[in-house]
Amino acid sequence: MKTTTKQKIAFAILFLCTVIVVLPVLFVLAVVIKNGWPAINWEFLTTMPRNNMKAGGIYPAIMGTIYLVSLSTLFSLPIGLFAAIYLNEYAEENMLTRLIRLAIVNLAGVSSVVYGLFGLVMFVTFLKFGVSILSGALTLAIMNLPVIITASVEALASVPYSFREVSRSLGASRWQTIRHSVLPFAIPGILTGAILSLARAAGETAPILFTVAAFYLPNLPHSVFDQAMALPYHLYIISTQIPGIPQQMRYATALVLVGIVFSMNIFAVIIRSKFRKKKKW
Amino acid sequence: MKLRKIIEFIIEKLIFLCGVASILFVILIFAFLLKEGISFFKEVSFGKFIGGRYWYPISEPPQFGILPLILGSLLVTLGAIIVSVPLSIAAAFYISEVAPIKMKDILKAGIEMLAAIPSVVLGFIGMVTLVPWIKKAFHLPTGLTAFSGSIMLGLMAMPTIISISEDAINAVPKSYKEGALALGATRWQAMYRVVIHAAMPGIIAATMLGIGRVIGETMAVMMITGNAAVIPHTFLQPVRTLTATIAAEMGETVHGSMHYYSLFAIGIILFVITFIINFTADIFLHRNRK
Repeated sequence: MKTTTKQKIAFAILFLCTVIVVLPVLFVLAVVIKNGWPAINWEFLTTMPRNNMKAGGIYPAIMGTIYLVSLSTLFSLPIGLFAAIYLNEYAEENMLTRLIRLAIVNLAGVSSVVYGLFGLVMFVTFLKFGVSILSGALTLAIMNLPVIITASVEALASVPYSFREVSRSLGASRWQTIRHSVLPFAIPGILTGAILSLARAAGETAPILFTVAAFYLPNLPHSVFDQAMALPYHLYIISTQIPGIPQQMRYATALVLVGIVFSMNIFAVIIRSKFRKKKKW
Repeated sequence: MKLRKIIEFIIEKLIFLCGVASILFVILIFAFLLKEGISFFKEVSFGKFIGGRYWYPISEPPQFGILPLILGSLLVTLGAIIVSVPLSIAAAFYISEVAPIKMKDILKAGIEMLAAIPSVVLGFIGMVTLVPWIKKAFHLPTGLTAFSGSIMLGLMAMPTIISISEDAINAVPKSYKEGALALGATRWQAMYRVVIHAAMPGIIAATMLGIGRVIGETMAVMMITGNAAVIPHTFLQPVRTLTATIAAEMGETVHGSMHYYSLFAIGIILFVITFIINFTADIFLHRNRK
């Protein structure tokens, strides 16, 4: 066989493999939209579940997820950003830096259910926060730290070195340089990372199983020390734990969750591409 | 002027503290797991725990053997790797070496979307589509099998493997490929004779990180593998993984009971496994950079 023919066949196979990888996304979307869309209406989104969750809406689960995600970002974004500033602007290539990098890699690799265990002993039991939004948000925050750090380091590193040199040569201190000559240019990248980590936190189930999630609550939570329902946990229980839930409600819940996560991702992608076009250096 | 110096001093200390926070968190996680898990190993020997064939944590007397759970995790992981590695490497090569720019962006966005689907949603979709299909196709009493789990977990491993392999392929010096092309090789020949060898450490690291992701995966695996704690013999029977055991049973344990502590002992095993995998993968990646 001619080598160019071989190449054509090989490339075709590679293309096919790539399509097989991407196809499940469309499949998942098609399945949840087709089966879930008819059940989605204003009532489903804004009312409490009724009749053992067999009727009514998923309002408390949506709100619970919003509370959890925002509170966890409140913790993880400042710590993650500062950690990234340390790694990119201050750290020298030494043992400590190597250790920090290794720790980040490992935090990213720890199983989500192990985070759940950790949150249970550390926040629920040891710090006595109880099974609460606070415990769940802190657990999610630590879990999300690697994502935010990695994205922020990348964003900071993409700011040209000369920006810093100019600022320092004009007499600015190290922190002033970072604050005025580096951070403003890294914001879009950091924002992208933060939104992606938000999306991830919204979809996580295992870390909140023992730290916050409630099967069913008649009221919305009043403070961060209350339990809350959460969208992914809700999907888990209505699809495996309670028999007799109308199939359409399961699909609709999945659709709402996927909708939230995907729209955040798309938003992040838009910010990133807008910024790339604007970049002048 | 003085005040500014003080503020800057505080900020820089804060930055340092946040910098080392990751180390602190890793230590905290391990310490707290150990704190709860150690009570378990006072009663049950490590060998009996790892090698025991029966997991009956609430019968009288209880048996805490996690061999079936370890084998369950390994079987599902093996399946997921067989499903995902060849496809992922092929996709990584296509995206970084063959695809035109426009196509590349679309495919990359698609793969990011795949990574973004929450695992509980993939579990749900698996339950309503894949599981009944496997039941029918193989004439099984149930479709909740290791095989179903492998396919779903394979999907979840792909984005990790693809993006890290792609980085490794992009990091191969252009001159390698150009040299091969100059000697008359086609682009495909340059790819599988030259580029893949240079990118190999990165691809191995990518595979390992994929394995780490799969072993730690919890929700999808709990929803579609059937959760039977027996030593598996084929891909077409229900299995129970380490992660699913923790997630499914923690809610029902009494705080401070042996059963409760045993789940932390499983947590320690999981933590150590993922630590080793990530550590080794990092070494491979580091070698690649040099």
